[in-house]
Amino acid sequence: MKNCIKISLIFIFLLFSLAGMTQQQRFPKPEFGNGYSQPTPITPEPRALALEYTDVVVLLVVLSLASWMAIRKRSRRGLLWLSVFSLIYFGFYRNGCICSVGSVQNVALTLFDPGYAISITTLLFFLLPLVFTLYFGRTFCAGACPLGAMQDLLIIKPISLPEWLRKTLGIIPYLYLTLAVLFAATGTDFIICRYDPFVGIFRMDAEFHMVILGIAFLLMGMFVARAYCRFLCPYGVILSWMSRFSKWHLSITPVACIQCKLCSDSCPFDAIDYPTDEKQSKSTKWGVNRFLVYAILIPLWIFIGGFAGSRAHTWISKANPTVYLAELLVSNPEVRNDQKNLDVQAFLSSGKPLETLVKEATVIRRKFYTGSWIAGGFMGLVIGMTLLSQVVYRKKADYQPHKGNCYSCGRCMNFCPVKK
Amino acid sequence: MENNHKKSRRDFIRSGTRLSLLITLGAVGGLAAKHVTAEKYVWQIDPFKCTQCGRCATSCVMTPSAAKCIHAYDLCGYCDLCGGYLKPDANQLSTAAENQLCPTAAIQRKYIEEPYFEYVINEDLCIGCAKCVKGCTSFGNGSLHLQIIHRICLNCNECSIARLCPSQAISRVKASKSYNVKGSFTKDGKV
Repeated sequence: MKNCIKISLIFIFLLFSLAGMTQQQRFPKPEFGNGYSQPTPITPEPRALALEYTDVVVLLVVLSLASWMAIRKRSRRGLLWLSVFSLIYFGFYRNGCICSVGSVQNVALTLFDPGYAISITTLLFFLLPLVFTLYFGRTFCAGACPLGAMQDLLIIKPISLPEWLRKTLGIIPYLYLTLAVLFAATGTDFIICRYDPFVGIFRMDAEFHMVILGIAFLLMGMFVARAYCRFLCPYGVILSWMSRFSKWHLSITPVACIQCKLCSDSCPFDAIDYPTDEKQSKSTKWGVNRFLVYAILIPLWIFIGGFAGSRAHTWISKANPTVYLAELLVSNPEVRNDQKNLDVQAFLSSGKPLETLVKEATVIRRKFYTGSWIAGGFMGLVIGMTLLSQVVYRKKADYQPHKGNCYSCGRCMNFCPVKK
Repeated sequence: MENNHKKSRRDFIRSGTRLSLLITLGAVGGLAAKHVTAEKYVWQIDPFKCTQCGRCATSCVMTPSAAKCIHAYDLCGYCDLCGGYLKPDANQLSTAAENQLCPTAAIQRKYIEEPYFEYVINEDLCIGCAKCVKGCTSFGNGSLHLQIIHRICLNCNECSIARLCPSQAISRVKASKSYNVKGSFTKDGKV
């Protein structure tokens, strides 16, 4: 008992002496005589956690409503107003952050960096649209995505793009997704968020070049409908693959297609598949050989992609600030005297030895080496599969939406003369 | 009959793929759920790591920046000759604009008693340039320091100031302890 008191007394003494040490200041605080009351620093609280959960509930409701309107209610008008709501809520009210498109990076980072804790809201924003798409098609794009809604509302005179151009540009989202995952997994950068062209419009505040990019996308989107969604959106890649195997999907006609061709020009995104031409599908003999050649070439594509990626890894890894700084200090030691280089000066004043920095950079660069092989190989696979898909003819009897590319916006439904 | 057979086979492949996609999603979700947190995190500056480089003023997605100067009054010496308020090469010891360090005159000086003055930050005017922080840290007690004001901060997925911070002073902190105010927050990061 006595010991216990002794120890606690020593502890209290130590605590006081420590506190005294930290309180030592150059200019001690004066003792005021005339009843001066000291103000407290203003520290407004962040947005409450409950409101974050509200966002998830709103997303869930919007997704359910969008799916119901696309498949059961078949209402283009309903989907339009829903997208307006999402644009206002997720876009202008929530300032475009939290968003499913960017959540890909948080998931990638948390899978590769055990030190990063993903919030449950972000994980749900990543998973919910994908699960919905797996059952109802890309209703997320039609009703819940503020980026999509913004572009969808500004379509004025959409032009039809030739198929070769669409397929070629369609590779870009895969590249964007691969790079985004690579950069997120190595803890380098969140490029999807940084180069989001519309978030600046939601916030009415952005860097100059991003403002130009955002306006350029919107202007282009008047003619090339949903240009960002079709040729850049990295989340769209995953959504597209979920949608291809969806259980239900929006259909142009409520009952049976009568092949009237009325809907054929209704889709601004060229996402309607026409019935296959009999003549075209008969010349398959040549097609089989081509199919075999392209299929055999796929492993070669994967290898070429992986090899190219691994060759480029030194260059790509320079996007990482640690690697960049280490390389700068090793290759140009004279930057130590450059007083204007804040990064170098901050590093030098931190007292961290250069060896530690180089060691850290080496670890990150090794991650980039492995990552670039995988990323390059994946891009090779994508190119190989795109070529292969050129020679595969699927027989289609009716006018149908392409399940992967259709955003379930419902424009085509109004063109169908068949009524229930 | 032939046609029906074909159709059911295609359906079988489709539902099989759907199931495997669902399992993949579940696996990704499950793996991510290992590191999931119900706590909300926000960005905040560690005032002891901050080197007052001035990038907070220019790198934030908000204009003016969400990073602003706050005053830990507990640490303030209430000096007349304040290193955070007056330019080091000021012509004279007066409150004239040309003598003030703050480019927006966001620091207001109030006389209390001889020879002590109180310095209050006008948050609406502060742009987070950290000039006063540098002055106070070099010549005074370091009671002026930058903090991210959560009323303004959008809590971006990746803080654009953190990405450019040369001293890695910005990191995520729990929303329940969303400010690192000097005095209650000490150098080791203990509160």
